[in-house]
Amino acid sequence: MADIADQTPERIPINLVVNGAGRTLEVAPWTTLLDALRDRLELTGTKKGCDHGQCGACTVLVDGRRVNSCLTLAVMKDGAEITTVEGLAKDGTLHPLQQAFIDHDAFQCGYCTPGQICSAAGLLAEGRARDADEIRELMSGNLCRCGAYPNIVAAIEQAMSRS
Amino acid sequence: MNAYVGTPTSRVDGRAKVTGAAKYAGEFTAEGLVHGFVVEATIPRGRIVRLDTGEALKVAGVLDVLTHTNRPSLADKDEAWKDEVAPEGSPFRPLYDDLIRFNGQPIALVVAEEWETAKFAATLVRIDYEQDGFATDLEAERGSAREMDKPHEPRGDAKAALAAAPLRHEADYLIPTEHHNPMELYATTTVWESDGKLTVYDKTQGVQNVQKFLCGVFDKKPEEIRVLSPYVGGAFGSGLRPQYQVVLATLAALALKRSVRVVLTRQQMYGLGYRPMTIEHVALGARPDGTLDAVSHEAIAVTSRYEDFSRNDTGWAEQLYKSPNSHFSHKLVDLDVSTPCDMRAPGAATGVLALECAMDELAVALKLDPIELRLKCYSDRDQSEDLPYTSKQLRECYARGAEAFGWARRAPAPRSMRDGKELIGWGMATGVWEALQMPVAVRIVLTANGHAEVSCAASDIGTGTYTIVAQVAADALGLPIENISVRLADSTLPQAPVEGGSWMAASSAHAVLGAAEDIRQELARLAKAMPGSPLANLDAADVTLVDGMIASDGKDGAAVSIADVMRHSKLERIEKEKLNQFTEDKSHARNTHSAVFAEVKVDEELGVIRVTRVVSAVAAGRILNTKTGRSQIMGSVVWGIGMALHEETMMDHRFGRIMNANIAEYHIPVNADIHDIDVIFVDEPDSRINRMGIKGLGEIGIVGVPAAIANAVYHATGKRIRRFPITLDKLLD
Repeated sequence: MADIADQTPERIPINLVVNGAGRTLEVAPWTTLLDALRDRLELTGTKKGCDHGQCGACTVLVDGRRVNSCLTLAVMKDGAEITTVEGLAKDGTLHPLQQAFIDHDAFQCGYCTPGQICSAAGLLAEGRARDADEIRELMSGNLCRCGAYPNIVAAIEQAMSRS
Repeated sequence: MNAYVGTPTSRVDGRAKVTGAAKYAGEFTAEGLVHGFVVEATIPRGRIVRLDTGEALKVAGVLDVLTHTNRPSLADKDEAWKDEVAPEGSPFRPLYDDLIRFNGQPIALVVAEEWETAKFAATLVRIDYEQDGFATDLEAERGSAREMDKPHEPRGDAKAALAAAPLRHEADYLIPTEHHNPMELYATTTVWESDGKLTVYDKTQGVQNVQKFLCGVFDKKPEEIRVLSPYVGGAFGSGLRPQYQVVLATLAALALKRSVRVVLTRQQMYGLGYRPMTIEHVALGARPDGTLDAVSHEAIAVTSRYEDFSRNDTGWAEQLYKSPNSHFSHKLVDLDVSTPCDMRAPGAATGVLALECAMDELAVALKLDPIELRLKCYSDRDQSEDLPYTSKQLRECYARGAEAFGWARRAPAPRSMRDGKELIGWGMATGVWEALQMPVAVRIVLTANGHAEVSCAASDIGTGTYTIVAQVAADALGLPIENISVRLADSTLPQAPVEGGSWMAASSAHAVLGAAEDIRQELARLAKAMPGSPLANLDAADVTLVDGMIASDGKDGAAVSIADVMRHSKLERIEKEKLNQFTEDKSHARNTHSAVFAEVKVDEELGVIRVTRVVSAVAAGRILNTKTGRSQIMGSVVWGIGMALHEETMMDHRFGRIMNANIAEYHIPVNADIHDIDVIFVDEPDSRINRMGIKGLGEIGIVGVPAAIANAVYHATGKRIRRFPITLDKLLD
């Protein structure tokens, strides 16, 4: 067996379209999309809460679908369009979900918030949730330890009614 | 003028948090930043006999592996390691020596250019141990419990009164170990500045506590270390004491003379503090009419072998229920685990859970409505000191909560209410917490453009401190809230203790008020001195700052704009710093209260429990912000639901190791678990406690919630579960 310490991987070039802008970077195969966003592209709005796909804090939109970026290797997404929380507001105007989260106080510490908002944006695009119970069910992959859940549901209902 | 205080003002840091602009400790960067990854012990007790870092050091990109054998100097006296909230004992010192004190103890830090490299190389560090005998099971070690000194003196003869009581209820309630699990991972970024000073971004509830601690541990002068935590991704008590990652990041920065970030994994966070597993033994002696003759409450809790952590679990009956005889005792069992720490409403969340379940059991035995029993025993005085309260609107909490919940429609017998296949249970409980206040200083800088910067070292851990500080300042200075900027959580700012115990709202608000008062006096003096001033004949006491003006309180309408006064006085800025002043008053007890009502629906065949409704009626003095205040109580109710039904850190006692150190197997409530939560703030004017009548909200919301749910589960099913959490397997037994 070769010396395990020599087994550090080569870097692979990839292209991502992040929040509308093309980005080229070289990543190791073991680098997650989450770490690529946070550490390489300095987009720290996307949060790491568990690194195991258990909490949803790292939720981003990949080609319009919500995914846990901690369970996604960056090299798998070569050519993909990524939207993070930093890409939701347009020309200084907050996304309706961002405004609704402020209006309904749908967060306290704010750490799960980017994931909640990206997940909610994905949920709205899916068009699957019709009422509060379905929102609760379909948002249950995004944990909030501050316990803002009722306000998160109210915020999403507001954004749904206006979209 | 109260344009903002008492209103549902949206969070002033809201925009930063919804756009991803808010930066947390592990997100600050610096030139040449490197990453540390922690290697943990896999035995609970013993010593390291061999620690081989050779393979790890061979990995390309690894810079160093720090261990107890090669680390830079660390303080050797316990005093240096004691932070402002350290319990009695000898604090844990990471990478200090070869001794293993708990499973998950950090024993090496791999530092590499990239985080993934450090993580990989950490798997290559080889450790051999000499394992000693160990114990981690509280119930098995209950016999070795030792008594702690606690302030609650016995009254009367509880033992004799219990023996003679016509009706007696006595039981053990077991509350498991729980972990805070804030969403943000524990993280520190220590920046090595060009002059060799350190700027430390740390996930903490107290930057000055961490700053003093680091100066002690690393023998540094205060000006050499600056600590910041502008945003904290939840903490709930886990960030009160400096955690080991701040020592490790700083140690590595000193060793390498580079900036270092250390982020713990979710699993590693289970090696930090936790709510200690506690056996609560409650005995109540009563007469048939529901009056109490005796209350006895004994708590037996876990601590580590190196520190005595204990909180007030047992004294709460002294404040809630009249009884001529009482006895309280708090015992600790030393185990081979890390030291517990404060977790939301420490002591009360656990102790009142047991007390309020016991009261429910007594009500059942007496065939009394649970509220009627509590009103029968209602105490208008804190019996431990025989003091009246500055305010206590608990009766109103019961009344308002019961009305909103529809309690009058409750059929008293268990299993008597149902909805199809689900049994319905309605339960209630009382909550109580302390209304504390601490020394806090605030600096206000008013500039001639009508803008004010308010600064203080206090942290906002999600509680809303940024927002309430801005509200109080805006009202006191008569400025729109948009003109107030708030700086917090920098150790170089005016003094603040750790953010905890629900004391920060009252403490920071009164410091803001004091500094604003000094600004007003200065402006009044300057305004008076202006030639032809309409305020020339008025004293500072007769003017108020409102709408950007210094205005007479009288009916003459005399006013001068702040901008004019400052321009005329050739002043660009007025700066005032003030320490809050509270009157020392030991003549009254200071507490917040709540009445909590819960509805559960239990699937009769499967035992699945859903909490469908909670009403929490809270009396906590003046509510500074009805929006963020409601959120705090709502979040606490969610915590209470977790405590009742979900949360349990499970230990495999064969290995002394936590089995569910992640947030998939350590269950916390998810969105689908949470339904209707109704928060009622009961009006509670309190002119005695402090000038603004503020009591604080961080803890009171959780206290009583798990008991109300447990009592509802009994009402639904007729089964009394005393081992928490109440999981469906326990209902099916």
